[in-house]
Amino acid sequence: MTATVSITLTVNGETVRAEVPPRMHLADFLRERLALTGTHIGCEHGVCGACTVRLDGEIVRGCLVLAVQANGMSVETVEGASDSGELQDLQDAFRERNALQCGYCTPGMLLTAQELLAKGGVPDRETIREHMSGNYCRCTGYQAIVDAVETTARNRAAARG
Amino acid sequence: MKASAFDYARPASVREALELLGRHGDAAKLIAGGQSLVPALNLRLLAPEILIDLGGLADLRGITVEGATVRIGAMTRHADLLGSPVIAEKLPLVAAAMPHIAHPAIRNRGTIGGNLAHADPASELPAVMQAIDAVIVVRDASGERRIAARDFFTGIYETALRDGEMIVAVEAPVAAKDERIFFHEFSRRSGDYAIVGLAARATGSGNALADLRLAYFSVGDKATLAERAAAVLGAGPVDATRLAAAQAALAEDLSPQDDQQASGSTRLHLSRVVLARAIAVLTGDASLAGRATA
Amino acid sequence: MTARNPLTELDRPNSYIGRAVPRPNLTRLLRGRGQYVSDMTLPRMGHVVFVRSPYAHARILGIDTAEAEAMPGVIAVVTGKRLAEVCTPWVGVLSHLKGLKSAPQHAIAVDRACWQGEAVCAVVAETRALAEDAAERVFVNYEELEPVTDMVAALQPDATVIHPELGDNLAFERNLDAGEVDKAFAEADAVAEAEFVFGRHTGVTLEPRSIIGDWNPGEERLTVHQGTQAPHMMQNIIAKHLDLEEAQVRVICHDVGGSFGIKVHVYADEMATVALSKLLRRPVKFVADRIESFTTDIHARDHRCKGRIAVKADGTITAFAIDDMTAIGPYSMYPRTSAIEANQVVNLVGGPYTNMNYRARARVVFQNKNVTCQYRAVGHPIACSVTEGLVDLAARAIGMDPAEIRRKNLIPDDAYPTASASGLKFEALSHHASLDKLLKMMNYDALRAEQAELRKKGIHRGIGIASFIEVTNPSAAFYGVGGARISSQDGVAVRLDATGRIIVQTSITEQGQGSEAITAQVTAHALGVPMERVRVILGDTDNTPYGGGTWASRAAGIGGEAAWQAGKALKANILAVAASILQADAATLDVVNAIVVDKATGTERMPLEEVGRIAYFRPDTLPPGFQAELMTVRHFVPREYPFAFTNGIQASWLEVDTDTGFVTLLKHWCLEDCGTIINPQLVDEQIRGGVVQGIGPALYEHCRYDERGQLTNASMADYLVPMAAEMPDIEIGHVVSPTKESELGAKGAGEAGTAGAAAAVANAVNDALSPFDVTITEIPLTPEVILKALGKV
Ligand SMILES: Cc1cc2nc3c(=O)[nH]c(=O)nc-3n(C[C@H](O)[C@H](O)[C@H](O)COP(=O)(O)OP(=O)(O)OC[C@H]3O[C@@H](n4cnc5c(N)ncnc54)[C@H](O)[C@@H]3O)c2cc1C
Ligand code: FES
Ligand code: FES
Repeated sequence: MTATVSITLTVNGETVRAEVPPRMHLADFLRERLALTGTHIGCEHGVCGACTVRLDGEIVRGCLVLAVQANGMSVETVEGASDSGELQDLQDAFRERNALQCGYCTPGMLLTAQELLAKGGVPDRETIREHMSGNYCRCTGYQAIVDAVETTARNRAAARG
Repeated sequence: MKASAFDYARPASVREALELLGRHGDAAKLIAGGQSLVPALNLRLLAPEILIDLGGLADLRGITVEGATVRIGAMTRHADLLGSPVIAEKLPLVAAAMPHIAHPAIRNRGTIGGNLAHADPASELPAVMQAIDAVIVVRDASGERRIAARDFFTGIYETALRDGEMIVAVEAPVAAKDERIFFHEFSRRSGDYAIVGLAARATGSGNALADLRLAYFSVGDKATLAERAAAVLGAGPVDATRLAAAQAALAEDLSPQDDQQASGSTRLHLSRVVLARAIAVLTGDASLAGRATA
Repeated sequence: MTARNPLTELDRPNSYIGRAVPRPNLTRLLRGRGQYVSDMTLPRMGHVVFVRSPYAHARILGIDTAEAEAMPGVIAVVTGKRLAEVCTPWVGVLSHLKGLKSAPQHAIAVDRACWQGEAVCAVVAETRALAEDAAERVFVNYEELEPVTDMVAALQPDATVIHPELGDNLAFERNLDAGEVDKAFAEADAVAEAEFVFGRHTGVTLEPRSIIGDWNPGEERLTVHQGTQAPHMMQNIIAKHLDLEEAQVRVICHDVGGSFGIKVHVYADEMATVALSKLLRRPVKFVADRIESFTTDIHARDHRCKGRIAVKADGTITAFAIDDMTAIGPYSMYPRTSAIEANQVVNLVGGPYTNMNYRARARVVFQNKNVTCQYRAVGHPIACSVTEGLVDLAARAIGMDPAEIRRKNLIPDDAYPTASASGLKFEALSHHASLDKLLKMMNYDALRAEQAELRKKGIHRGIGIASFIEVTNPSAAFYGVGGARISSQDGVAVRLDATGRIIVQTSITEQGQGSEAITAQVTAHALGVPMERVRVILGDTDNTPYGGGTWASRAAGIGGEAAWQAGKALKANILAVAASILQADAATLDVVNAIVVDKATGTERMPLEEVGRIAYFRPDTLPPGFQAELMTVRHFVPREYPFAFTNGIQASWLEVDTDTGFVTLLKHWCLEDCGTIINPQLVDEQIRGGVVQGIGPALYEHCRYDERGQLTNASMADYLVPMAAEMPDIEIGHVVSPTKESELGAKGAGEAGTAGAAAAVANAVNDALSPFDVTITEIPLTPEVILKALGKV
């Protein structure tokens, strides 16, 4: 057995201190230690995107970052981004468009889409599809997700005037 | 699918990192972005005793221009390269390749040093580095070595790195003013590793191609310069006959492998197709592409 | 039937049937507040990891667990022999599939492993990581046996027989001969034939299979948290094999991260998990990792099917003949069996057409690969690809347009009720209306013109059309008659609570299809209350009526009707209470917006909360002898037709780069008829998801085994699923032919997309390649397959 490592990080705005085994990846840390189970696990080898979280403001694969690597950094999960309200319009668009069925891919989809939307402008459908191309959804066939992201981009652009 | 247990060290300097690497030898693995290493750990394909995290080495991150040379720190991320106006201007072939590498969330972590050290034969950057004549700067406790990209990749996941060495930077000459580039890969899905890819550059004008570099990836155990084909194409103005001769020469330049995605003969065929498309772009003569466009 | 019309009155308040209302359970999922089994942690919970056979076929000579038992955090290391003491084996056969045979299968292999990935030992530890550490220290002594991998070779006389006691490797055979097939072929103007080869593929639910068994020795009850489509079926089977009464088992199904038929079966490792819980007297959790998903989630559609079609010069199809072979792994899956898929192929080939001359043989073969079983659109993609591939070949042979030959042969819309050559009974289908609408929607003639134009420039685009029929709303004919305790009926209980809210308990389950939403919609509509007032409870054998669950496109059609009937009954009871309070005739009252009103004038008389208050707290004020019944239960099962067939037609528009073999999907259309549409958005999204799930195996998905029975691409990096960038936009249209079996008239829609997508894509590729005179009848259509067909490699 190897020694655990002390880490201090911010998770959804709260400071968290923990002792973690170095092999524990961030998605497991969030789910098992902090019970933030909105971050899902679909493959643990970096392909499906279900584990997407934000690390220092940028999306990453939660299963490909070790919790020890996040020491001193700030992590945001779908729970945090929901509570802060920043995803509200995107979530509304997903709901209206039924852009989720089982919902397992959804947290990763939302955070991934939000990164594209944050760039501003109204991306075309091809750009949206391309940006979301690392996030697997078995249920929807993607079109409703693309629609919801597109709608949100339009609405935000209109709101910016 | 959980990694085996390992220890973790986060050195604050390159010197400390090298010292740790020297001390632990084979039992240690460097971790940069972790985007190739962590999947292998989770799958228990690798079980190092200790990980040495390069994440704290800020001086290994960044892009600088010194005269006619662009220097990219080993810990510079794919996302940094993709978003860099310097790269877009000075190393356009690198810029052209970046969107093909994985997906945004992976590009936010993956680094150029990790990518090159990993030496995946299907990866874009080892080919691009050869096409642009880059030099890989490596260091160990005793000092630095500079290895031409074309000598760096030695086989599947194998490089010229010696025990105790790490990549600290990549240096590449600023692209010539009249440089023409081509980048394309055939991959099944966006962001996938390619079945066949080609990073190419040349100077010259019209059908006369000078300094032509054809760097293929995913057609063999490492990214490879197709030198015979390039020589054929560089020997005089390119026309359909010369192109056909170059396509034929690819059989000697490349030794494509069979795998899940395609057989060696499919790969060779696709290498020829992509060559025609490259030459059409580099020469500006669309008729050489050998195909219609909508 | 008079009750049907009100359903379409969308302008009334609380008219939800036919409306695209958002699903009530989405907010939770959107905020990361769902609860999937993989999210759950129980006190004292152990995590089980299975040591799995690296060989496709091997005898287990011995297992040394000593070192593993001594590892940190290990709770127990349990072999198949030990587990067999608490869990009996099973045999996956059904009596109505005559001759189907299989061998007893244990939760953990006892003395022989029959596929690479079969569990041979279990390690339970405090965490998954620790269990994996210990699993590496379990040493199994194997004697490798000859694996049977090729389905054709498996039937040769010299083949190794996987289960010697069964005599051979043929699990099941069905033959059918209808009409005058030989005569039709002899008299045909043209005959076309081909062998269709389908790549074995799998479901790849994003949440892997997950289960927690929680045996409480104090209560002598086993609570099972499972991502399953059929809780009552699981309750029955777990009880049976763990030597418990059904009442001792409670199955709870929380949010499920995708199912598609993958999560309706009895998996050996899941049975082992609940058995371990009983053995160890503590909760035990198993979550398959992605590698385990690929090697142990059921696979499907490993078929080779030879097909022939006879056609007259005028385009009349005069015969179909098929000879199908499928390999199902070493066991027939329990309890639904692995013969249903081939059986469906026999049932469905030629189904959309008037032709009555049909011969079919299907053989189901054992081999040493992972088991196959029912996966979304069971048998349909095979039958549709074979049928529609043959129809296109016939059209080409006589020089007829693919749309035209279909128009010529599809069963006329006024021919119902009728039956297919294989004996399927059709109540009412709409093939012609669907075809017409599809051609209009896709602007067929313009597309053909565009195709011809582009072809001149060397750009090869193709149009592929695929008509299909789909089995939905199955009655007991599917499983019940074969002796399986799988309910084909569903039940719904509806109650008014004391605050005027509605609580609905239904036996159908939710895995994202929208079961919860349609149940709420239908009940709210039946009762006349806003949907927000309705709360739906599902997925709990302790707290829902008994029923089948959600599979085979049955939830809306069967569970929806039960909800409709229960809602109507409750409304009548509510009005009876209100009438007695108001001293009015119940017939003059109605419920609108959760308020009892005068039917004639709409005048508000009393809100439902007042009805609840009086009924529950002041029943003394009600007339003597009057008992308020504010909870009603109704069950439903279709009786007249064994299945409610639906129909539809799909089309694909794509481009083939003939230099590289790469296919670019440009557009996809699906026109379908699922009867009454309860929620058009949910139906459309089911179809879109289904289409993409059908496109996957057409272009990408394939479980690639080598000749030693090793699955060589068991990761998401190597097994390619469809991703957003390559998928086309999919346009959906509807024709509505309600079933008369129920008042709602809803049939199923969950599998229509998957049924026809691969056929449409394959036909489009062949259409694009028609100038080269090649026909490819193999999927997935990889660049290599296409280049080979074109003779380029
Ligand atoms: C789903 C997915 C898709 C991907 N698609 C692509 C793709 O299309 N094309 C592509 O090129 N890549 C792809 N990648 C890989 C990605 O580009 C990786 O980021 C990259 O290959 C490795 O970089 P890293 O910084 O993450 O290295 P790590 O994973 O941290 O390390 C990789 C290896 O390099 C060693 N190493 C790291 N840094 C150094 C150093 N400075 N000196 C010496 N050795 C070092 C490590 O010890 C390890 O052996 C994909 C990854 C995933 C998960
Ligand atoms: S779980 Fe991390 S990418 Fe799939
Ligand atoms: S909604 Fe189920 S995986 Fe996307």
